[in-house]
Amino acid sequence: MSANRIYIYKRYERFWHWSQALLIIVMMITGFEIHGSYTLMGFKDAVDVHTFAAWTLLVIWAFTIFWQFTTGEWRQYIPSMKNVSAMVLYYTVGIFKEMPHPFRKTTVQKHNPLQRLAYLALLAFISPLIWGSGLLYLFYGNWAQLGIDKMFSLEGVALVHTAGAFMITAFFFIHVYLTTTGHTIFAHIKAMITGWEEVDEDHAPAATEQGRRAPGKA
Amino acid sequence: MDKRTFGWRRWIGGALILAASMMAGAASDPAAGGLPVAAAGGKAASTADHSKFKELQGPFKTGPEVTKACLACHNEAGHQVMKSVHWTWEAISPTTGKKLGKQHAANNFCGSILSNEPRCTSCHAGYDWKDKNYDFTNQNNVDCLACHDTTATYKKIATDAGHPLYEPREMPKGSGKIVQPPDLTKIAQAVGKPGRQNCGACHFNGGGGDAVKHGDLDTSLIKPPKDVDVHMSPEGANLSCADCHTFNAHQPSGSRYAATAKDTKGLDMKHEDHNRATCESCHDLRPHKNERLNNHANRVACQTCHIPEFARGGIATKTLWDWSTGGKRGPDGKPLFIKDDHGHLIYSAEKGDFKYGENVRPAYKWYNGVVHQISITDKIDDSRILELNRVEGSAGDPNARIWPFKVMVGKQPYDPVNKTLVVNHVYGNDDTAFWGNFDYEKSIKAGMDYAGLPYSGKFDFIETRMNWFITHMVAPKEDALKCSDCHTRSEDGRLAAITDIYMPGRDRNGWVDLLGGLAIIGAIGAGSIHGIARILTRRKGH
Repeated sequence: MSANRIYIYKRYERFWHWSQALLIIVMMITGFEIHGSYTLMGFKDAVDVHTFAAWTLLVIWAFTIFWQFTTGEWRQYIPSMKNVSAMVLYYTVGIFKEMPHPFRKTTVQKHNPLQRLAYLALLAFISPLIWGSGLLYLFYGNWAQLGIDKMFSLEGVALVHTAGAFMITAFFFIHVYLTTTGHTIFAHIKAMITGWEEVDEDHAPAATEQGRRAPGKA
Repeated sequence: MDKRTFGWRRWIGGALILAASMMAGAASDPAAGGLPVAAAGGKAASTADHSKFKELQGPFKTGPEVTKACLACHNEAGHQVMKSVHWTWEAISPTTGKKLGKQHAANNFCGSILSNEPRCTSCHAGYDWKDKNYDFTNQNNVDCLACHDTTATYKKIATDAGHPLYEPREMPKGSGKIVQPPDLTKIAQAVGKPGRQNCGACHFNGGGGDAVKHGDLDTSLIKPPKDVDVHMSPEGANLSCADCHTFNAHQPSGSRYAATAKDTKGLDMKHEDHNRATCESCHDLRPHKNERLNNHANRVACQTCHIPEFARGGIATKTLWDWSTGGKRGPDGKPLFIKDDHGHLIYSAEKGDFKYGENVRPAYKWYNGVVHQISITDKIDDSRILELNRVEGSAGDPNARIWPFKVMVGKQPYDPVNKTLVVNHVYGNDDTAFWGNFDYEKSIKAGMDYAGLPYSGKFDFIETRMNWFITHMVAPKEDALKCSDCHTRSEDGRLAAITDIYMPGRDRNGWVDLLGGLAIIGAIGAGSIHGIARILTRRKGH
């Protein structure tokens, strides 16, 4: 079985992914402490760390949005219902029979159709929910100045933010589990670290020209 | 410091100082907080030496004689004092329009001045208020020395209607201890600005003894360590009472009857009404470096976080006073007095049961500056605990902030037929005064007759509460409340009783938590089951 490698996650993308992962984990831990679920570092430190992590991630997002549009990578998130059923069938049946993965990653299509849908839901629904409510929460003291104190209640904003937190935490666990569904348990994680995905030639459909290109020339 | 001269150098200098103090782990310089520098301790030099005035050569035999001499030069002072609450013991509430002050407001400590004048008026800023026919227009009865004595030898004695001793007297009676009268001439020649001893003589001893009434005012404030009061401590700002309770023409600022629950003006210097009796007068509206804390000040009074406990100076304050048990006699037939292990009177035949507290955690309530004060003539609802001075405010009230209070628990006599509180005649050398005869039937009847108020002849006891907002004994900032003292799910949280706000860390929505929790459990569960299924269905040799 000959393995071919394609360079699928570029350096900035990997930096973005892992820094975002770290910050989200930090915000989950501190966020649920602020929520009162447990006591770990104390309310004040939890708020400070949570706030700092949020601002840091916003800065990273600012760069990432720029990156997505200058590289055209944003197209990776355009949803398509095509082959979604094949993915569902794979995760519910095929994976247990060790049938081949119905999707081949390429540099122009690195997310399978189900992933595209999931990430789009994350970007278009959960993220705005969390960021919107989070920023309102953060600037609660300035609502009157901003003239929005009659439009929102702290309770409403807090509940939306908490609901978003539960959603992203559920997403987090599913996301981490699904990283183990590559051709080896750590294949996906390895690819996200090194950027190189090993493609199984036996099962691979004709790899695209781009997929064979060496790093740096992509 | 002039900003124009220093400019950027100040910034760099400030940064260096900050860095140095951080490295040294030193507490930051209080001046760096930007506080306007007050004349600490009010020790500005006087332009007159009173000992050289021929008017003050005396000798003076009585207080009013001294006053006459003072007023010969200070010809407006008497009229000014006679307009002040220190003299009238009467205040019109600026918010409710109701007549308040010691003459009218009911309390759950000693009771009413009426029929007890010579005892109560030992704290009047005047002389000779012996009965209800007192002449409030005689300026010669203004007591200048109570506030302006600087020798700490002038004392109004407890029972003489505001007079000091004029002849040697055995005090207490039968003790054999002869107390000498103060030297009024010497005192008159040494008058000066009021210090904390002057104010404290009455305000530290309100309710009949040291620390009894307020909880945040007692004799520990004469020379407090910094952890008791940062403002009054010699190691702290070393301010005297009048540095904040500024006087304008003898009118004090910062009255309980006209409180500023939320100062929206900030620094005093800008608006110059010379009322410095709010934190904001000196600290301005956004004193914290942390903006999130500044935002709290919109709904939380400074005192709430910065006075974590009251009665911190080692002197216990009275927290409960139950008049209903008064009058018990011991096996020897004598009036009963019981002291606890700390020497505190916990039962007095004259006054009933007492409880005390030190380092007491305040109760927290919304307060917008409006107090609904019961006066002695008001109809009361005796079906529940009577709040003598309900403070107004709620989360929906933009003028209200959360304030700390000492809540005094009381049980006191009232008329269950007419539904009013009653005047209890406690003090006097007669056959009706409670402190001597121990008979409520007689003492209440005498008190009500004296006051000229309707009395059914029946009395009972009603449980009462009184709110005393806490504003002194500000602790060092390190001792301020921590976020988690309020932002906690613990039932012991400081603001557990404030339920009309959503507080992060304490409040949540059950449905959001339930559904969210299920989503997380579902995600972990689905992954685990899927993973186990993958392991179980794995083909051998693969």
